[in-house]
Amino acid sequence: MYHYNDFDEAFVRNRVAEFRAQVERRIDGSLTEDEFKPLRLMNGLYLQLHAYMLRVAIPYGTLNSRQMRQLAMIAERWDKGYGHFTTRQNIQYNWPELCDVPAMLEALADVGMHAIQTSGNTIRNVTADHFAGAAADEVADPRPVAELLRQWSTDHPEFQFLPRKFKIAVTGAEADRAVIRAHDIGIQILRNDAGELGYRMIVGGGLGRTPMIGKVIRDFLPEADLLPYAEAIVSVYNLLGRRDNKYKARIKITVHEHGIEEIRALVEERFAALKPQFSGVDRQLFAEIQDAFAAPAWTGANTSAHDAALADPVYRAWADTNLAAHRNPDYAIVSVSLKKPGATPGDATAAQMRVLADLAETFGHDELRISHEQNVILPHVHKAYLPAIHKALKGADLATANIGLISDIIACPGMDYCALATARSIPVAQEIATRFEELKLEHEIGALKIKISGCINACGHHHVGHIGILGLDRAGVENYQITLGGDGTETTVIGERAGPGFSADEIVPAIERLVWAYLDHRHDASETFLQTYRRLGLAPFKAALYPEARADAA
Amino acid sequence: MSRQFTPKVVTANALLEGDAIWLTEDDRWSRDIREAELIEDEAHAQLRLLQAQSQPDVAVGAYLADAAKGATGPEPVHFREAFRTRGPSNYPHGKQEIR
Ligand code: SF4
Repeated sequence: MYHYNDFDEAFVRNRVAEFRAQVERRIDGSLTEDEFKPLRLMNGLYLQLHAYMLRVAIPYGTLNSRQMRQLAMIAERWDKGYGHFTTRQNIQYNWPELCDVPAMLEALADVGMHAIQTSGNTIRNVTADHFAGAAADEVADPRPVAELLRQWSTDHPEFQFLPRKFKIAVTGAEADRAVIRAHDIGIQILRNDAGELGYRMIVGGGLGRTPMIGKVIRDFLPEADLLPYAEAIVSVYNLLGRRDNKYKARIKITVHEHGIEEIRALVEERFAALKPQFSGVDRQLFAEIQDAFAAPAWTGANTSAHDAALADPVYRAWADTNLAAHRNPDYAIVSVSLKKPGATPGDATAAQMRVLADLAETFGHDELRISHEQNVILPHVHKAYLPAIHKALKGADLATANIGLISDIIACPGMDYCALATARSIPVAQEIATRFEELKLEHEIGALKIKISGCINACGHHHVGHIGILGLDRAGVENYQITLGGDGTETTVIGERAGPGFSADEIVPAIERLVWAYLDHRHDASETFLQTYRRLGLAPFKAALYPEARADAA
Repeated sequence: MSRQFTPKVVTANALLEGDAIWLTEDDRWSRDIREAELIEDEAHAQLRLLQAQSQPDVAVGAYLADAAKGATGPEPVHFREAFRTRGPSNYPHGKQEIR
């Protein structure tokens, strides 16, 4: 994997030293909060409801075992023994004290990590398909592209004060596991008819208050043009983006207001001017980065242990849901669920992080990934080792067999932590998962994605959940609004609002009624919730959600 | 006629630990809302807020929050403020841990 070069190392160390001095000056009173706040945000430090929160970038979700162990150490030494993995492939620590944060950043720098540009109106942590480099359906590994973009965007002088934050996601497969159509820029690596690699460039996607699906600005961008083209997009946005109204400042609104044709023309014009300025250094750098992401040396081994273990129904259920096809047929991609029913989605204890680090080191070519769905991935596991891995995961309470099922819920921190929240989301996720665990219906229901956000900012991606839940404050009471039919993949759809919201007591029964309606209406077990919804539309689900309305109308 | 003034407390986050604190009548910052000064007069509320905001070395982001008179002192009115007196609901962390 990619390791920091000397420049990265010096840059991050300088930043830590600088921030240490800033914290000291804040504490001794020479900096006011107004002066300090932008500085701490530049270093990923937020102040939330109960404490500070440090958001650490995990670029394109990739970690090695040493880094994961360091995250565990930080959780234990300066936090409360756990970390929260987010939908942006970051990890958040919910309880640091101000004086400790420089030491935490120093510990991160020791393993080539940092919290820079995890906040503010900059280009944020570049995310990628969590199966990158491993997926059977991949054209190319998206991480070298993401790393090139990371290096280009980190501390980019022109882009430190954009109209608003800016998020980029990259995928190397047609199947979109990185929600690229809901990003400011989404990039899909593909091949043209001549067999050359290039990029489909998508702009102006985003969730939040005004959800928009990204639009294709270039269907095929030659590989060599990536940075000048990305720079052209961001620079056009930097000029046109609205700074007068923070709700209209994202590029999705710029694209919406000007139209994709005008934006495309401006970007192409800017690109023509910029391209000659890129001397080819970016190409050389890209080649070096690609070398750093070369596939591991695959090993051969006997897979009979795995085949034999499939006779065990518990192992079988786990293998059915948590394994995905690897580009090497002797290998599998293992998704480790952080969604045990009743647990907080995305949380891992320090002990669990260490188990994952050990498994990656022993059996997984030392690679780990964090998915935007808040799970941990062992991307390269030879099938021979799967039974041993399953056993170790069971011992660490990490063997929940629910990937892609109803209890594999995305939930943002909501009002249990987040200062912007209008309602809680974690308890709703916990209760839904626990309820369907009791009903023992999860595997019968099959593929179903529930996504929960604690406010309109939509960090929990509720718009693209098959069932989306948005927590609101209605006259001083938590209220949950349901959207249906959302989809975050290559066939992205923004979900439709089902009707009036539900109170905290009513939301779980409402979800249960929806699921019963699906089971009643589906053709057979092979028709998923989303397919059934697409076939029938909102009506039967609405009737299930609001039975009293139907009774009134009768 | 102006509307009836809803009683307030002055609250903020502590600079060093980040946890919720409330301004008391004798100008201390308490980690317990029940010790807070319940302010029933709008002009006095504004004055107390200004005083709170002039202590950036202790308190960050001071604001006025609605509160009501309870048996043992001021109580939060809104659920957000109620959570701030306890901590998160998924772990026994924060203030509920200390009690
Ligand atoms: S969606 Fe809202 S409540 Fe949830 S983490 Fe984002 S800003 Fe906070």
